[in-house]
Amino acid sequence: MSGRLGAAFGRARAEGRAALVAFVEAGDPSLAVTGRLLPALQAAGADVIELGIPFSDPIADGPVIQRASQRALGAGATLAKVLDAAAAARGEGLSVPLVAFSYANPILAFGVAAFARRAAEAGIDGVLVTDLPPEEGEAAAATFVSSGLDPVFLLAPSSTPARIRRAARLSSGFVYLVSRPGVTGARNDLPEGLPDLVARVRAGIGRTPLAVGFGISSPEQVRAVSREADGVVVGSAIVRTMEEAVAAGRDPVPAAARLVSSLAAATRG
Amino acid sequence: MKAGRYGVYGGQYVPETLMSALIELEETYERIRQDPEFSRRFSWYLHEYAGRETPLTYCENLSRDLGCRVYLKREDLLHGGAHKLNNTLGQALMAKFMGKRRLIAETGAGQHGVATAIAGAVLGLPVEVYMGEVDTRRQALNVARMELLGARIIPVASGTRTLKDAINAAMRDWVENLRETHYLLGSCVGPHPFPQIVRDFQSVIGREVRRQILEREGRLPDTIVACVGGGSNAIGIFHPFLDDDVRLVGVEAGGEGLASGRHSASLTAGSVGVFQGALSYLLQDGDGQVLETHSVAAGLDHPSVGPEHAMLKDTGRVRYEAVTDAEALHAFRYLSRTEGIIPALESAHAVAYALRAADDLDKDGIIVVNLSGRGDKDVADVANLCGGAA
Ligand SMILES: Cc1ncc(COP(=O)(O)O)c(C=O)c1O
Repeated sequence: MSGRLGAAFGRARAEGRAALVAFVEAGDPSLAVTGRLLPALQAAGADVIELGIPFSDPIADGPVIQRASQRALGAGATLAKVLDAAAAARGEGLSVPLVAFSYANPILAFGVAAFARRAAEAGIDGVLVTDLPPEEGEAAAATFVSSGLDPVFLLAPSSTPARIRRAARLSSGFVYLVSRPGVTGARNDLPEGLPDLVARVRAGIGRTPLAVGFGISSPEQVRAVSREADGVVVGSAIVRTMEEAVAAGRDPVPAAARLVSSLAAATRG
Repeated sequence: MKAGRYGVYGGQYVPETLMSALIELEETYERIRQDPEFSRRFSWYLHEYAGRETPLTYCENLSRDLGCRVYLKREDLLHGGAHKLNNTLGQALMAKFMGKRRLIAETGAGQHGVATAIAGAVLGLPVEVYMGEVDTRRQALNVARMELLGARIIPVASGTRTLKDAINAAMRDWVENLRETHYLLGSCVGPHPFPQIVRDFQSVIGREVRRQILEREGRLPDTIVACVGGGSNAIGIFHPFLDDDVRLVGVEAGGEGLASGRHSASLTAGSVGVFQGALSYLLQDGDGQVLETHSVAAGLDHPSVGPEHAMLKDTGRVRYEAVTDAEALHAFRYLSRTEGIIPALESAHAVAYALRAADDLDKDGIIVVNLSGRGDKDVADVANLCGGAA
């Protein structure tokens, strides 16, 4: 397991709170903005940052991240350039753990082993491939591990106990529980029965940290999920805040940082 | 070979949120294939409702022109006007057996949407069809047909606004509504078990051809030709002949020519990648982003292809060729005038290849072309393209 991810979840656990995992779409609206965004979100209190790798056909994403992905591709983002941007941010002292959140095809096109090496060099800590369930992801996970990256697998409310154990066995940084059946995107309510779901998943994953995401957007929701999980993932709400700032002619970086800082405060109760 | 794999191709490259639905589908499918009640009802719908078996027409004029014996497998005469209904009746019936209460589908040319709307209407399941905005415009007739059949059309404005984005949108809908919804995928693409289910339901085409040609000619054909979009009509006619000494040719949409970059020939001009749940051939750039495609035939305008075709290409069992828009348009008019049959623009690609390849056959050679659909839907579009009279 990479030092940074384990340490971030460990620190949050020691403080009696959940880690805040902030998702941003790399390259939206440009890689230059992403370069400024990463240290700003770290300073605002993000414990982990997920870097969404833009893809032309994001089947697991709702409209907000679909649009962000299109903007990023339109502005010329590629997996290679995103890794370069991460490396540059690390060079300037960024210390927050980074998780690449990608669809399989950009990684396949790069070459799984070449990607793993380059990502590790660039200071990426974990990799989550949305469309690689355990059935398809074992070999890639082993390649990630041998480069020192933490593979992170998804779980869903419909995952059976056997699938939960299998995903946990393959994951090392944390396991990502999708809180509800559906795609990414902010929702007003939390799914019913979340505490039971979290308890059921925990029973299968042992000591691996559990982060919960999909549909979580407000400080109130973060506060509630914080009581159940080791990590809370917020994505679409941040991406949308940036989209709105850009549309209004404002700098999206401070807008995102303000939101992240209120979400980080919510993990503390 | 592992279940759901065709050589290295196929698989289930989907988010965990979809896995439970795929597993349910796999289990249901295994159960219903052995269920005599399912077989009895499916067979009733195919024969009494949809009009199977479809003729295998010996075409005298075409045979004279090509200098060999040419047969057309007449899926254009199936209810709805295309082979698509074989699959939609099978899957809709399966959805009923699973207790699903709603069908969703994607459509490009509108033929699969129409076929799903028909199956939903007759089996009492509400249907919602995702269709790229671009396609709703170029296939207006089929939009009207679907609406008349009681289906709701959901125009898709994301991405390239064509078939691939309609599939993405349908997958997103499915993942939110798994419990009551069946996603009725229209070709042998997507994650396992879809490629297998669609192939099995479409294989009725090839089984009939085998029986019909043996009756007529006392031997198997030399060559079978079918157009390939996702690949369902092609795999349906090829599959029962895979172990025979029959040349099989899949014809992709070469659009404005492979060199132009404006085409949909994923097997002849693509590379291996993961897209919409499967590992297969794909039209993509060097960074793994999926490319925009083009074909005059909306039903072929798709950047990928079913995984079984990917394997059949690699093993060399099936030859894949590309035919341009211009060749397909020529074949569209040619078949209309020569045989009095207006083919779908998709099927016209297969006819165009036969026109090109007939030189290789001697006069006793037998060629079967899968006429996957009829061309009424394309008449207005072709008239526009060709400036007035089609
Ligand atoms: C008449 C007809 N033929 C062929 C196709 C292509 O699909 P497939 O390759 O799955 O047969 C379509 C798709 O809409 C169609 O309408």
